[in-house]
Amino acid sequence: MSTTNDRFSGPGPDQIYSDFLTKGVFSLPQCKDCHEFHFFPRVVCPHCGSFNLEWKELSGKGEVYSTTTVRRKPERGGNYNVCHVTLEEGPRLMSRVEGVDPLDVKIGDPVSAVINNDEDSPFIVFVPAQGA
Amino acid sequence: MSHELRGSSAVVGVGLAGCGEAHGRAPLDILAEATHNALEDAGLKLSDVDGIFTGSSYHFMPALSTAEYLGIKPRFSDSSMVGGSSFVAHTLNAAMAIKTGQCDVALICYGSNQRTAGGKLATMSEQQIYEAPYKPRYPISSYALAAARHMHQYGTTREQMADVAVAARQWAQLNPAAFARDDLTRQDVLNSRMISDPLSLLDCCLVTDGGGAVIMVSSERAKDFPNKPVYVLGTGTAHWHRQITQMPDLTTTAAVDAGKRAFAMAGLTKDDVDVVELYDAFTINTILFLEDLGFCAKGEGGAFVENGNIAPGGSLPVNTNGGGLSCVHPGMYGIFILIEAIQQLRGGCGERQVDNPEVALVNGNGGVLSSQVTTILGTEAVL
Ligand SMILES: [Zn+2]
Repeated sequence: MSTTNDRFSGPGPDQIYSDFLTKGVFSLPQCKDCHEFHFFPRVVCPHCGSFNLEWKELSGKGEVYSTTTVRRKPERGGNYNVCHVTLEEGPRLMSRVEGVDPLDVKIGDPVSAVINNDEDSPFIVFVPAQGA
Repeated sequence: MSHELRGSSAVVGVGLAGCGEAHGRAPLDILAEATHNALEDAGLKLSDVDGIFTGSSYHFMPALSTAEYLGIKPRFSDSSMVGGSSFVAHTLNAAMAIKTGQCDVALICYGSNQRTAGGKLATMSEQQIYEAPYKPRYPISSYALAAARHMHQYGTTREQMADVAVAARQWAQLNPAAFARDDLTRQDVLNSRMISDPLSLLDCCLVTDGGGAVIMVSSERAKDFPNKPVYVLGTGTAHWHRQITQMPDLTTTAAVDAGKRAFAMAGLTKDDVDVVELYDAFTINTILFLEDLGFCAKGEGGAFVENGNIAPGGSLPVNTNGGGLSCVHPGMYGIFILIEAIQQLRGGCGERQVDNPEVALVNGNGGVLSSQVTTILGTEAVL
């Protein structure tokens, strides 16, 4: 039995996700069988077990599902937000909301994804949604 | 017909060691002392142990390191690692091993020097690449997110969570072995330093040293031991996620499934339970687990724990040793809830003794509300 095929050759889902972000695209695998998206990206759909996946660009729209302010002394950089955001397409991820006081981030707030390039590899943060 | 594992094995010895501060001791030194105490309690020798069940944040192959240290050559070993719930899960594996003749004397054991070794959570955990950029404080931010969502969805308040800490402290004040025994009020908890909203310092468990050991044998043999046997009536395990972002609903834990499985094996319901020992790493845990195990409806946990209802003199005795919040918490707390439940069922817990309990429920938690393991223990009266 062969242990490799096209499905399992080339970069894995972590690398593909990161490569998309580097190109400025926020994308996740969607299942071709049950049509659910998932996060974190995998080679198998955690909703139905299908290996039949394709990468789709996301709207970047989401809603704060839960939020906490991690308390830190001002001299160490001050308080910061850690939250869970539920994306319009379904999956939930950890992130932070920027551009507002961490204590003002509320569950249910509409937010928009932004790619943060401040560190070695890009990652998703959120800002309050325009017009909200 | 009852489940073939129901009551098939029993605990005949328990031991604690180094709870609080054990200066100069390594994790296995503490574990060995707890094992010594459990063997003495059971009237057994180390050479009688032929099954070992252990977990550790310090040893990559915990059963191997532990058996080597103790000088035993087990026929059966199990290092199943489901975080702090591991030792509760070990009761199921030990019951199966004993029932199928894989071992006769099972030793479940743990030791940690987390406090005197520096107070940091010992971990061999892998880096979480999808969480690391956001710098959540581990593990408190995960529990804080669950608490915030529970407050949003059900109107649970910080005052209600504070009452969990106050109840734990009141039990600890009845337990001479508890680490934190000073008076504590709801206001003290609310005024303590905020760490990760809505959880403040006194919503968090202690960081102590400590070790525990439990000896299990078949129920046929159990009557020949010096102590009143405590029977393992049912254990259920469940996990739905590893990291907090994968938890399907931040207000509902897999204890829903673990509890159902344990009650089904035991052939009992929550109304049969006389004493409850829950893994209270944070105050929100107690509220979530009381709901998920069916002691109150989902969303009503806050109201259930208010005003001393789970404190000494309340309607349901919960965390009678003082819990991870006020008694002991060396990183993986599961073995201590098991031991407290066993001691309550034996009687002789002094001032904190619950009135003639026959059934105790233990719920272990591992990871970040991830692994849930429920064990139901009972005296001969309910066998
Ligand atoms: Zn699918």
